[in-house]
Amino acid sequence: MALQDICNFQSVFEDRLTTEYPAVPHGKKIASNYVSGLPFSNNKSLFHFYIPVAEYLDESPIQFGQISTVQNCSAVSSEDPFLTSSSLPTCLPFASSQSVPLPFPMAHGTTTLAFMFQGGVMAAADTRSSCSGLVACPASQKILPIHSHLVGLTSGTSADCALWKRILARELRLYQLRHGRRLSTSGAAKLLSHMLHPFKGTELCVAATLCGWDGGEVDDGCDYHGGTETGPGSRGETTKNQMTEQKNFVDSTNAKVSLAKDERFSFSQQCSIRKKMNLSGPRLFYVCSDGTRLRGMLFSVGSGSPYAYSILDQGVHWGLTVDEAKSIAREAVYRATYRDAYSGNCVDMYHITSKGWTRRNREDLKEEYYREKERRKHEKTERRDVAFSD
Amino acid sequence: MFQHFGDPGKMKDYHYTGPVEHKFSPYAFNGGTVLAVAGEDFAIVASDTRLSEGYSIHSRDSPKCYKLTDTTVIGCSGFHGDCLTLTKIIDARLKMYKHSNNKTMTSGAIAAMLSTILYSRRFFPYYVYNIIGGLDEEGKGAVYSFDPVGSYQRDTYKAGGSASAMLQPLLDNQIGFKNMEGVEHVPLTKDKAVQLVKDVFISAAERDVYTGDALRVCVITKEGINEETIPLRKD
Repeated sequence: MALQDICNFQSVFEDRLTTEYPAVPHGKKIASNYVSGLPFSNNKSLFHFYIPVAEYLDESPIQFGQISTVQNCSAVSSEDPFLTSSSLPTCLPFASSQSVPLPFPMAHGTTTLAFMFQGGVMAAADTRSSCSGLVACPASQKILPIHSHLVGLTSGTSADCALWKRILARELRLYQLRHGRRLSTSGAAKLLSHMLHPFKGTELCVAATLCGWDGGEVDDGCDYHGGTETGPGSRGETTKNQMTEQKNFVDSTNAKVSLAKDERFSFSQQCSIRKKMNLSGPRLFYVCSDGTRLRGMLFSVGSGSPYAYSILDQGVHWGLTVDEAKSIAREAVYRATYRDAYSGNCVDMYHITSKGWTRRNREDLKEEYYREKERRKHEKTERRDVAFSD
Repeated sequence: MFQHFGDPGKMKDYHYTGPVEHKFSPYAFNGGTVLAVAGEDFAIVASDTRLSEGYSIHSRDSPKCYKLTDTTVIGCSGFHGDCLTLTKIIDARLKMYKHSNNKTMTSGAIAAMLSTILYSRRFFPYYVYNIIGGLDEEGKGAVYSFDPVGSYQRDTYKAGGSASAMLQPLLDNQIGFKNMEGVEHVPLTKDKAVQLVKDVFISAAERDVYTGDALRVCVITKEGINEETIPLRKD
């Protein structure tokens, strides 16, 4: 698993098998871990390293000294296969129902949004990182570039998002080196979704929006894009709408493929042409740690997303210019920070085009708030003047 | 009010209502505050030295800054057991890196490594709030602040621990010149920074019960690490 390589996680299913061992081979397990703990001798992970411990420390401290109805003895819980876990570097991140209640809150709460338009993909996010009431960081970065043509917006626990983005970036780079071409946004979203799947049900919380521009590799594109045509119900509607919208767009504005030519082709060939048209271009995917993977034209995630959605639904359409898109994205984040307590501070904006992503300077929304106040005051005095003049 | 005398055996709402199950918690909160400031060519990491638990003080001389390399100091506050283990693990990893790569780890590299160490315990975290202070490769001051599960970023200044919520706004104002209008942004000198850190801890000791006893300040410059201990309120 990718995560185990970076952070010494064992895959959850693997652990369930290994913990079936009875008590005695614990010693053996430890010995083998020690050998494999040396950095070069282990092909599993570079971060696998070991501190020699006394046997009793191998038991989960959750069970230590507790009288539970499941088992009779308290301290020596080696008969219990499920809860045997070492509290040391070879820790197993299994999803135990008896998980330790954390004494601290995790960082949560945000507003992120992204939408597609004729000029590419526009992504915007606020910069407040809150921790149940305290602003842990007023200047955090929620938009993380993964590679030159792919940007990820993060929402959820910041540690989870940062690490998973890192892992995704590494996997994409490996794919690029092995196959000589970049993985598409759809593929990256699928990869992330599959990597997060073993952690479904745990308290991992990642809600990422992947915004990218796929290059124009036409060859085998039909295979992995075929799924979008006859996609499952959850994705069917958005993709179908998108298909027709894109087709209309293509038909009306793209001079290269003339309407007449299209009509002469059979339906399947039309499909393949459509596919070829859609292979390169902007892409937007939403991936969630509960298993959701959606393709769409517009996404907003986080506690402030309802407010952002209202602004975006009002103004976003395919034909926006880049400046209009920027101002709408900024306005949406501003309105969300205005109403949502857990969003605030500044707004970050990224614009993804065929040439890659470009970042706009971080803008403090405090200025925007004061500008608006001035405007309102101005309008009020104007109205008053008009009223008095009548 | 009078009915209380009438039926003495009856349980009131505010009385004991039944057995309460206390689950064993593997965590404890040992208090303490850590602070780090990065300057142009220096970094300061400071911590108080009180180790407490509940209403008791375990020790008045338990500093929370740990020297990692000649240019990096880490401050860890939270659960002391996890602080100790974490610093041991970091020391071991530093040695391993030194032996396999024949060079010392830079501050940025230590920060990235600590992030993965913390995240490897995502489902049973180290209850430690870390702040790393040091000099980066160019010799500029760097501060990296962490949350208990490994999310980190580079800052100019950061306070962590029990009095962090009180100190952070003060640092925002004095070092970041935030929330003020019409103030000249004077760059921070080393002496001014040390004085500010001392004042800030004195204020924290006044208002936070878990902070006090003494203050340990480590100033990191290219000449090395200079440590200083200043007494604070002991009550």
